[in-house]
Amino acid sequence: MADIQALALAPPQPAPAAARMGKFSAYFGTPGNTIISVASIVAIVFVAKLAIGWLFIDAVFAGTGEACKVASGACWPFVAQKLRYMLFGFYPYEEQWRPLLALLLLFGACLFSMIPRFWSRALLIAWIVVILPVLYILMAGGVFGLTPVATTSWGGLPLSFMLSFVGLTLALPLGIVLALARASNLPAIRVLAVGFIEIVRGVPLISILFMATVMLPLFMPDGVTIDKLVRAQVAIILFASAYIAEIVRGGLQDVPAGQVEAGKSLGLHYWQVMRKIVLPQALKKVIPPMVGLFIGFFQDTTLVTIVGLVDFLDTVRAAIRDPEWQGIAVLEGYLVAAAVYFTFSALMGAYSRFLEKHFRTTHA
Amino acid sequence: MAFLHDMRFRAYFYQIVAIGFVALVGWTMFSTASGNLAKQNIATGFDFLTRPAGFVITESAIAFEATDTVGRAILVGIANTVKVSLLAAIFGTMLGLGVGIARLSHNPLLARLALVYVELLRNVPLLLYLFLWYSLIILILPPVKQALHLLPGVYLSNSGLVVPAALVERGGIALFACLVGGAAAALAIRIASTRRRVATGQSNHGGLIALAALLVPALLLWLANGVAVNWDFPTAGKFRLTGGLHVRPEFVALLFGLALSVSANVAEIVRAGIQAVNKGQWEASAALGLSRGKAMRLVVLPQALRIIIPPLTNTYLTVFKNSSLAIAIGYPDLVMVSNTVMNQTGQAIETIAIFMGVYLALSIAISLLMNWYNAHVALRER
Repeated sequence: MADIQALALAPPQPAPAAARMGKFSAYFGTPGNTIISVASIVAIVFVAKLAIGWLFIDAVFAGTGEACKVASGACWPFVAQKLRYMLFGFYPYEEQWRPLLALLLLFGACLFSMIPRFWSRALLIAWIVVILPVLYILMAGGVFGLTPVATTSWGGLPLSFMLSFVGLTLALPLGIVLALARASNLPAIRVLAVGFIEIVRGVPLISILFMATVMLPLFMPDGVTIDKLVRAQVAIILFASAYIAEIVRGGLQDVPAGQVEAGKSLGLHYWQVMRKIVLPQALKKVIPPMVGLFIGFFQDTTLVTIVGLVDFLDTVRAAIRDPEWQGIAVLEGYLVAAAVYFTFSALMGAYSRFLEKHFRTTHA
Repeated sequence: MAFLHDMRFRAYFYQIVAIGFVALVGWTMFSTASGNLAKQNIATGFDFLTRPAGFVITESAIAFEATDTVGRAILVGIANTVKVSLLAAIFGTMLGLGVGIARLSHNPLLARLALVYVELLRNVPLLLYLFLWYSLIILILPPVKQALHLLPGVYLSNSGLVVPAALVERGGIALFACLVGGAAAALAIRIASTRRRVATGQSNHGGLIALAALLVPALLLWLANGVAVNWDFPTAGKFRLTGGLHVRPEFVALLFGLALSVSANVAEIVRAGIQAVNKGQWEASAALGLSRGKAMRLVVLPQALRIIIPPLTNTYLTVFKNSSLAIAIGYPDLVMVSNTVMNQTGQAIETIAIFMGVYLALSIAISLLMNWYNAHVALRER
């Protein structure tokens, strides 16, 4: 009792230092915190000074490689002159409106598909039946008076996007089938699916790309050759499908067994139960991790440069090695490439967080 | 036709169709491949592994000469892959743990900086970073002829860092035995002291004694002149440096790139793991008078570990597989050595089968190891 009285009678204590300082307390509340803040500020100022100096103050904004050689800053004429090559590679110069249009169409279709309200099976079918063929016709030509362009001259950003987006669109159905096969109660089918998924997940993507580009021709009958781009694309689809299957499996396991039993007792057969009851619930749960996976694969398509396809990273590297600019604009080239990859990956990451929130609020 | 609707018949039918399809595809590919190989006069089989390799490997974790066999060359590739992924995993985990904790710092500046670090690494392809680090090393450092002479015997140039190599002439095995024995003793002392502290509630100097047990035997051996080391100093020739230990830029760029990518993933995993620990644990630690650092180390992190281990396993598997990007900058890992072997012998199918088999086996080994550790730290429910 005595203690409580003493407390009650004690004069009001001054607020702790942290509370007095208001919103600065988080930065300078304690000596340790102050040191951290000061060190952080010094680091930020140092990096910002370096970056601004390199990007603007010491940079060259007009001229040739000779001017850049002398200057210590960034070489923007390199970016201006090489941008079109970096974006489209060796695609015929006069026809480059076609990959640009294809790219814009792809972005538009993606933006539309990102809105949860428009999700339906029709959308997936539209992707496979309408959007992808139109993109292909735009790129390849040969019909509607478009000049044919061989896939060997495709390159740059459209190639990167196509490899990843086409790959993932086609890998999605395959991955779902694989996940269903893995959850199947038919032992032979389960074993085949487990074998495929675990083998693919146990080896690096580069080994599967090697298989597709170096080994596959040996397995083809005489005279049959498959386009290198198609082979790499198939490799990416197979690789992605195994990872998608694992994510979908997680979603399938989350659907209570009672749902399947209820469906069966209504007289639905296996495919009806899966299509109408289990998959809609399972897929909804795995959408956010799936977007995370998509970001990874978008970045992983850069590996095709190792097997000799001209993706965006490869055109950037080729631009850097151009004799006129060699050794001058290394950092500039990689920065442009990094900025492009960063922008799209970060956008997809933000979208993934949006989806997580969206599903949390609608299905609390 | 009633059997068409029999569930058991259908089950068998589907399975036979699936197996038959896979077998048919496999057999067709096998027969066309053997036909093609016979036409191109490429011998099948693994005999080529015993033939001399005839190429040099710039960097090898185990000794290798051009006259050694192809099989040994592939072994060098495996050793190089394991070396770089192991080091990347260790450095990346240490760095990532720090960044992950910084992400949760009460200091907004530090937390933001850690966030920027993670986002910059996660949103740009690893391959791009590898190219960037490699080009920067080549671009910024001077050529060998003007190598920077940092310390006596230490040269830095765009062909790498050369430092004096220590060649143990005598007592190497004894030193190794002392270190292993010391480590075992240190571990035993640490476990015993923890047990006593838990039993008595009194702190003891178990950590210090364990450290002493680890270092003293080796130190005594050294002082007693039981070890003789011969230093191999590099000498600057006209065009290159000879002797010494050569750390190549390919290795540095790959290790740096992989370790940074691991650290970003580990940071996110650690952050998620710590956040998943109930807030009451922090408050209970504070009520017991533990500082924030001690609460983190003794109360929160051990609990977060249980959540962290499974995704951490995936990160380690990923870095192991990502080390195959070495081929892009010319570090002789398993894939690059295999690629050279393929070009020299034409044995594409066998070589790819070998390196896929090795990756698969090591992936499974890592999974098993981490699962064992996971079972070890997992919460034992009453």
